[in-house]
Amino acid sequence: MSDTLKELVELLNVFAMLSLMAVGGGTAVLPEMEHEAVAVHHWVTSTQFASIYSLGQLAPGPNMSMVGIIGYHAAGAAGFFLVLFAFYFPACMLTYVVSHIWDSYRDNPWRDAVQRGLAPITIGLMLAGVYAVGKTASFNLDRPLWFNGVTLGFGLAIVLLLFWKRINPAILILACGAIGWFVLR
Amino acid sequence: MPRPIANEPSAADAPPSIGKIFTAFAMIGVSSFGGGLVAYLRDVVVDREKWLTGDEFLGALEIGQTLPGLNSTNVAVIVGRKLRGPRGAAAAALGLILPGVAILIVLGLLYVRFHNNPDVAAALAGVAAAAVGLLLQVTLKIGGRSFLRPKDLMFIIPTFLMVGVFHVSLAATLFLLAPIAIWLNRPESLKKKTPAPSSDPEP
Repeated sequence: MSDTLKELVELLNVFAMLSLMAVGGGTAVLPEMEHEAVAVHHWVTSTQFASIYSLGQLAPGPNMSMVGIIGYHAAGAAGFFLVLFAFYFPACMLTYVVSHIWDSYRDNPWRDAVQRGLAPITIGLMLAGVYAVGKTASFNLDRPLWFNGVTLGFGLAIVLLLFWKRINPAILILACGAIGWFVLR
Repeated sequence: MPRPIANEPSAADAPPSIGKIFTAFAMIGVSSFGGGLVAYLRDVVVDREKWLTGDEFLGALEIGQTLPGLNSTNVAVIVGRKLRGPRGAAAAALGLILPGVAILIVLGLLYVRFHNNPDVAAALAGVAAAAVGLLLQVTLKIGGRSFLRPKDLMFIIPTFLMVGVFHVSLAATLFLLAPIAIWLNRPESLKKKTPAPSSDPEP
């Protein structure tokens, strides 16, 4: 098997699995995705992963389409589209099939149990996602202390701003990019 | 509170065309900068197009949140399916996803070409630091009081440590923790009596 083909099969495996394990939304698989893409398969570096994730927050639509860029790094244009397919199709297909038979189960008390049971696990996964991206993007020992001060400051400022007021997060991200252009070098 | 999601069309009007479904979802896909897609979806599906009632939309959202996958694409699939079967579901999901993908192709090409440029690297460092803040805020908002409830922390902390710090595979983590978490939230009726099999739908 050629190297590219092998890479494509790996991409398909990893992202289809992630698709079906995204309990409570795409963000839940962020830590596992980071681990697979950086440490296990070396498709991207951890800095690249953090940048790619944040680029995804600048585009409209579902905020996980940036997975395609990881596929591009691993296997070019074919990787880009394959990863998008692998990440979206299995979960959509599952939803299509299950929503078909859902009405007959909607009064089943177990549905509520699943939803409430998974909620704290989803939160734990999201927290792990913050850590997975933050360990390079916010606090990174390869960088000088002042640099980490600025990046941590950006993060904290955004948390506070968003709790204080409803601002479009894309604007805040762009603003931090603009400040970063001048400050973070 | 369970809500019907209406497998059968509720309003007896002729269902919208595939093109119409695609366009409506593509409008969301192109304009929803900054996340919060569920609110955009509700605006279009319930208020503008009146394809679903508010309750039906909440029903679809409940399914979309319970099943794996992105909540927004799951809701799109459910709404599209309800309107026009498999082709409607495909049109809705693709409409939602494709505009952002087109923009990401441009951003991605720029990124691949310029990420070693020091100016761009500096801006990207700012962008990434901001994205962490955004992610943390969403986590804190969704988590809310869960962070103060011991019963929830019992799962939040182990999940975080296993997946985030020790890199236990997500599959193994879910396999281990999800059944316990679901069992602890089992229906009231089962808490007193002996456990019954879970596949026991009510009529």
